[in-house]
Amino acid sequence: MRELTDGSTAIVRGALDAGCDFFAGYPITPASPILMMMMRELPRRGGMAIQGEDEIASIGMCIGATMSGARAMTATSGPGISLYSENIGLAIMGEVPLVIVDVQRMGPATGGATTTGQGDVQFVRWGTGGGYPIIALAPSSVPECYTLTMDAFDLAERFRCPVFLMTDKELNLTATTVEVDGWRAVPVRERPARAAGGDAPLPPYRYDPPADVPPLAHYGAGEVVRFTGSTHDERAFITKDRATVERLNRHLAAKIDDHGDEIERVTLDRQPGATTLWIAYGSTAGAMRAAAAAARATGRAVSTLTVQSLWPVPERAIREALAGIERVVVAELNHGQYRREVERVAAGRVAVSGLHRIDGELIAPEQFLEAAA
Amino acid sequence: MSAGPTTITPLATYRNESPYPFCPGCGHTVILNHLNEAFRLLDRDPREIVLVSDIGCAGLSDQYFATSAFHGLHGRSVTYACGIKLARPELDVLVVMGDGGTGIGGTHLINAARRNIGITVLVFNNLNFGMTGGQHSTTTPAGAVTSTTTAGNLERPLDVAATAAVNGAGYVYRGTSFDKDLPARIAEAVRAPGFAILDIWELCTAYYVRGNQFSRQALFATLDELGFATGVVRHEEVADYGAAYRAANPPRPDSPSLPPKGLEPRFAAALARRFELVVAGSAGQKVRTAVRLASEAAILSGLAASQRDDYPVTVQTGHSLSAQILSPEPIEYTGVETPDALLVLSTDGLKKVGRHLAAMGEDGRVFAVPELGELPTRAPVTPIDLSRAPGKLNRSLAALAAVLGALGLLPKEALEEAARLGPEEYRAGNLAAIAAGWSLASGL
Ligand SMILES: Cc1ncc(C[n+]2csc(CCOP(=O)(O)OP(=O)(O)O)c2C)c(N)n1
Ligand code: SF4
Ligand SMILES: [Mg+2]
Repeated sequence: MRELTDGSTAIVRGALDAGCDFFAGYPITPASPILMMMMRELPRRGGMAIQGEDEIASIGMCIGATMSGARAMTATSGPGISLYSENIGLAIMGEVPLVIVDVQRMGPATGGATTTGQGDVQFVRWGTGGGYPIIALAPSSVPECYTLTMDAFDLAERFRCPVFLMTDKELNLTATTVEVDGWRAVPVRERPARAAGGDAPLPPYRYDPPADVPPLAHYGAGEVVRFTGSTHDERAFITKDRATVERLNRHLAAKIDDHGDEIERVTLDRQPGATTLWIAYGSTAGAMRAAAAAARATGRAVSTLTVQSLWPVPERAIREALAGIERVVVAELNHGQYRREVERVAAGRVAVSGLHRIDGELIAPEQFLEAAA
Repeated sequence: MSAGPTTITPLATYRNESPYPFCPGCGHTVILNHLNEAFRLLDRDPREIVLVSDIGCAGLSDQYFATSAFHGLHGRSVTYACGIKLARPELDVLVVMGDGGTGIGGTHLINAARRNIGITVLVFNNLNFGMTGGQHSTTTPAGAVTSTTTAGNLERPLDVAATAAVNGAGYVYRGTSFDKDLPARIAEAVRAPGFAILDIWELCTAYYVRGNQFSRQALFATLDELGFATGVVRHEEVADYGAAYRAANPPRPDSPSLPPKGLEPRFAAALARRFELVVAGSAGQKVRTAVRLASEAAILSGLAASQRDDYPVTVQTGHSLSAQILSPEPIEYTGVETPDALLVLSTDGLKKVGRHLAAMGEDGRVFAVPELGELPTRAPVTPIDLSRAPGKLNRSLAALAAVLGALGLLPKEALEEAARLGPEEYRAGNLAAIAAGWSLASGL
């Protein structure tokens, strides 16, 4: 059995199957279908979906709801991510699990509301003050939209942090044919219980070693719970104590930086004898795979790497993919945002070039073939 | 909500041991003591109270209480409180915000009031930004001297209470830190099921008092001069938004939602390669639904289909385009640069396909309604004339069926089956359109 469906629907299904029970968002093309579906689907399952007065309120309500024990998601596009910015920092600092869908459209500003783009890649990475690591997943097909949404919920719980799901207009709004049993669900971990067996619960912000992630404490579950966006001690009281401040800041970085292997998601399609590697993500990766099939049909060997976890950069996997490669082409719908990361990993040992398109259309398979000529 | 039996002995205090950090004479200290009294009146488990603080000196407040607490971003305290309350309606959720928060977060206040989300907001209104150095705020009275209005404030102060009241807040109170009944009013506000707000005027001894020789008497005089109502401004029985939401949306666990619309391939299509077809018409011509039906027919025929729709944001006017790909292989790339075939149904559609027409070569096929005249393309153009068809006929679907038939892309039975699987109200019309189109196919 097959069905005709799109990334928006796949994301909503993924969220529902991951146990999402709170959604707040503000309408924006091309993310609105997610909002509309969540408004329809969540209440009938006992959850709640709210259209906020703006994006700031939407993400704020999601953060509040999570602290009341909900599993929350919000969805927007580039302009909305701009308005999320300060609260993304709050979710990082307060260690709030939250899934943020960025259905990219062409920017900057209002840009091309109905044209696709991949211009938010570095923006989500550096989109709030402080420069702390974030996690961003990027599905490259409709079924991956489903699986990676579930993954995003799981990683948000695992690391108690906001997790971005980065898609684009093409992936979310173009309907395509999917096998009905081709949806791959992944387990989403439960929020660990606190205060088990009558023991006094651990302070919700105690980490030893720094990469540790203590269980989230939420309101209304039998303990006094404090939360703060300010630099804090292990019980969320504001502090300037240098050792405590440093431990907190190390923790916020280490809990993600030290666990890259748990986050890393790539698909390497290595072709024997290939000295050219194409790298892409999101809808661009679909065209890349189509181009690779065409190249191979004519006897040209090309390897491809689809990156599904953009942040943190899966450096180990990229280095592995570079083995035996002389030439890398990074394809993306921007001026070369992820190419910078690949160049950094390649460290001059392999020639890295970019294949870009910024006219609102997808990179076509023919463009890959020309780039590899 | 807040009232109700409780098993704990009344607490002597909801404060913790930390002394307040505020300047001598600061109104915040006084109000927080009243708040502590209000908690004692309410007699709730401190774990069931969430004190959400904004930013500024007022934003420090939560740290001096033994209740649950949330200290977030400037102006956004109301949004967190709403999220907390919506997800856990049994909690008492209170916001402490300065007058600064009523400016930067004004929209949240208005919208929470309008929706009547059952939180209680205490505005610690000291008429200026204390923490950042005595700058003027949205509530600074006209003429007042602050660090940013050295020649006297030109702005009219925001009437926080009236704004909340006019937008339907269930409970609105305006008073001062000097009100003896403040604990009772706060408790009353918390018990009110809808949105509650207390606009509490007070003294910032470090800045506003010094800059304006301000005092308790001057504070009352200012309220008088402005004609701002004091006391309980509004107290109506309105439902908490979350309760209303749950009542209006009972869970329906057994109603299927988002079911996969599974289609079992049962027809055979002769198509051996990827085929790109663009249909270009106008809003209202049902282009998208016609192409959708054909996409489903393709799946019923064992093919993969993709469909990308394009239309202006003003959906009921202008063009409506659908780019469809049919392929025996899975479709990884959904873009269409040079379609194999193009069906043009209107002038609006024609305006949008110039690049396709220019790119298409002699091996392409263009189909068009006759009234469009000569088309700028090297591809052969075949007219599809449906002008004599009955007025109600779905012309887009008929024309598309004709094209699919003429090009031998899909079997007629698959289109008919897709129509039968579609919404009942359109079934007969769609079947008629397919029949009409198919009868034209052989002549194209
Ligand atoms: C987004 C943002 N902008 C500016 C600030 C700086 N800031 C800190 S406190 C404050 C004003 C506080 O005034 P008010 O809310 O009246 O509280 P008060 O200090 O008077 O109690 C400002 C603007 C901030 N924290 N966040
Ligand atoms: S600066 Fe003003 S508001 Fe802040 S503590 Fe001092 S008196 Fe109070
Ligand atoms: Mg103030």
